[in-house]
Amino acid sequence: MLESLSEKFRKILRDVRGQGSLSESNIQEALKEVRLALLEADVNFTVVKDFVAAVKEKAMGKEVLESLSPGQQFTKIVHDELTDLLGGTDSGLELKGRPSVIMLVGLQGSGKTTTAAKLALLLKSKGRNPYIVPADLFRLAAVLQLKKLAAEVNVDCFDSENMKTPADVCREALRVAGIKGYDTLLVDTAGRLHVDSSLMQELQSLKEILKPAEILFVADSMTGQDAVNTAKGFNESVGITGVVLTKFDGDARGGAALSMRMTTGKPIKFIGTGEKVDCLEVFHPARLAGRILDMGDVLTLIEKAQATFDEKQAKELEKKIRKDAFTLEDFKDQLQQIKKLGSLESILSMVPGFSALKQAKDIKIDEKEITRVEAIINSMTRKEKQDVLCLNASRRQRIAKGSGTKVQDVNKLINQYQDMRKMMKKMKSAGPRGLRGMFPGRMR
Amino acid sequence: MFFYAKREKFEFDSKWWTLKEGVNAGASSMGMFDRVKAGFDSLKAGLARTHNAIMGSVESAFTGESREELLERLEESLIRSDVGVKASSEIVDHMRTKLVGKDMEKLRECLRDEISGILQAVERPLVVDRSPFVIMVLGVNGVGKTTTIGKLAHRCQSTGKSVLLAAGDTFRAAAIEQLEGWGKRVGCPVIRQAQGGDPGAVVFDAMNAAVSRRADVVIIDTAGRLHTKVNLMEELKKVKRVISRELPGAPHESILVLDAGTGQNAINQARLFNEAVEVTGIALTKLDGTAKGGIIIPIARELKIPIRFIGVGEGIDDLRDFDAKDFAEALI
Repeated sequence: MLESLSEKFRKILRDVRGQGSLSESNIQEALKEVRLALLEADVNFTVVKDFVAAVKEKAMGKEVLESLSPGQQFTKIVHDELTDLLGGTDSGLELKGRPSVIMLVGLQGSGKTTTAAKLALLLKSKGRNPYIVPADLFRLAAVLQLKKLAAEVNVDCFDSENMKTPADVCREALRVAGIKGYDTLLVDTAGRLHVDSSLMQELQSLKEILKPAEILFVADSMTGQDAVNTAKGFNESVGITGVVLTKFDGDARGGAALSMRMTTGKPIKFIGTGEKVDCLEVFHPARLAGRILDMGDVLTLIEKAQATFDEKQAKELEKKIRKDAFTLEDFKDQLQQIKKLGSLESILSMVPGFSALKQAKDIKIDEKEITRVEAIINSMTRKEKQDVLCLNASRRQRIAKGSGTKVQDVNKLINQYQDMRKMMKKMKSAGPRGLRGMFPGRMR
Repeated sequence: MFFYAKREKFEFDSKWWTLKEGVNAGASSMGMFDRVKAGFDSLKAGLARTHNAIMGSVESAFTGESREELLERLEESLIRSDVGVKASSEIVDHMRTKLVGKDMEKLRECLRDEISGILQAVERPLVVDRSPFVIMVLGVNGVGKTTTIGKLAHRCQSTGKSVLLAAGDTFRAAAIEQLEGWGKRVGCPVIRQAQGGDPGAVVFDAMNAAVSRRADVVIIDTAGRLHTKVNLMEELKKVKRVISRELPGAPHESILVLDAGTGQNAINQARLFNEAVEVTGIALTKLDGTAKGGIIIPIARELKIPIRFIGVGEGIDDLRDFDAKDFAEALI
């Protein structure tokens, strides 16, 4: 998919403006593109059919607004509908009962054990006192794996090593939790196929023992058409309360999420975004909608920026710019803020259409660029940082040597810095509104 | 000297395992038996489910209207089996030129020829033609690499070859112990270091051990990694470099493990792993569920990587040679 979907819509619907409104005939082509995009994102065939019909109904007869192009308008309809179906609002965990029990179920290799540890860490940070219970006695070293992960997140772990059956583990763990006062139990179960009736029976009996507040179905975001069958199978035999979507940090478009949501009606609660124990995020429907349609994840980018940019620092910076006292030192600070957002690659991947562009033009991102600029600035004296005008040829040569770069690199940086200052001057004259837009930290 | 010390550590650990298994022996063997039995039942049931997947749904949806409708139903059914939009429509287009009328039996025959034709081009069983024969096993997280290694080791051992396993997944918690568990079950030694160590160093040890112990087959486990993580793919390249440096010509086989439940992303997985370390074979796992594994068709068409094995269950014998005809028959 080399062209973003919204770009395709724009082209297809270019001529609709003259016709006044969206009609069955003029959105036909665009609907085909929606269907294709969803199928390529692994949304189940039946779900796609229903979705396209829904979009068609929503779009037909809509007048083309003056402020939006027909393409934009159609994009919005598709995106909104998808967001709606994916869950509308975000939903967290419902932890009733004491101790409240969270059971993790799913196919083999979907990421249950890792998710158990991640959830434990998350719950701990929310002030709860979790207890990890490994009830996967089948897979080799599964208990040991969870024990190690529990130690890593510093959460107590039930010792299942000498237990005979998962049911024994659950009963004993409940007893221990009652004595020691844990308020949340995280029970990891063995991976199983939804069509394996004896193992599904086992899950039901564990459910009866544990009386869980949440049964989370852990599913791989790379799952294909079969997601419908597995989610349905687990939901029908044990009754899931939500879905955790794992391995979301790859390049899968994650259409399986829509399939699962539509067939079970259960919300997607979390997404796993990496192998480390802190890589678990609350699910946001709008973002996944953007990803399924390959329209980027601008929202996440903005939020990440908001979380990272320190409001106080931003204010100070604004003051400096106002007084035209933005030095190279400040420039370096800014770069460090950007670095906190993550690798350049991951930032850019949230920009719509970037993934396609990268594949098409084989763009390589130089993560070292920022480091290089930092090295150059670090090689300057305090005076040089405050006032670039004093940088004559011999100073520049010294800086290049000191930072292991070339004089050209130093020149380039200084030019960029001076351009930036010019831009800031312009913005200053545009008034405070112009400035505010520059620093997301000030937006809240 | 350095190497000797490492080996001693390994011996010690393997004893530790024996001891532990002894304590648990009664309990786990009971559970094991039940699981194997249950697995066998589900395999039988599973094959029946997969069988007739495509034609079954074509038949039930076809209203007998026209040949075009029949082909449309077929395309839909192929997409539902993860064959993908592009490959499905190309297969159907090709069949349109060959199929006359709208007879269901003719369609079945035509489809069988079409699919087994695509798959036969990549049906090439693994031939272990030298000693030591080094196999590197790769894949994203949770596809079943370690389990596949266990089954593969068992297969090699039962044909009289001596196997050595290398615990190259030093990242995931307890991955080493999991592989050691398989080593114990199959009865072959495992070369390991501590968790968090350098996989390159493990491989270095393993290659030396393979030569000095005269192992016939060396199977190297690697950590699961998403194909989009540049630094992890670099690490994989390094592991491969260490192998070839220690034993010129090795690895003789790089098997990419793919989960049959994976959707269109599997194409990217195959493409990027292939670009990084040149994949020479594919193992398609978890075919005992309801997933059809249709994704293997576009992969076979585009990348032409030989498909070596299919995994059909959790038991030690549940690894089969890939057979294009059987697979096509089961799929349609």
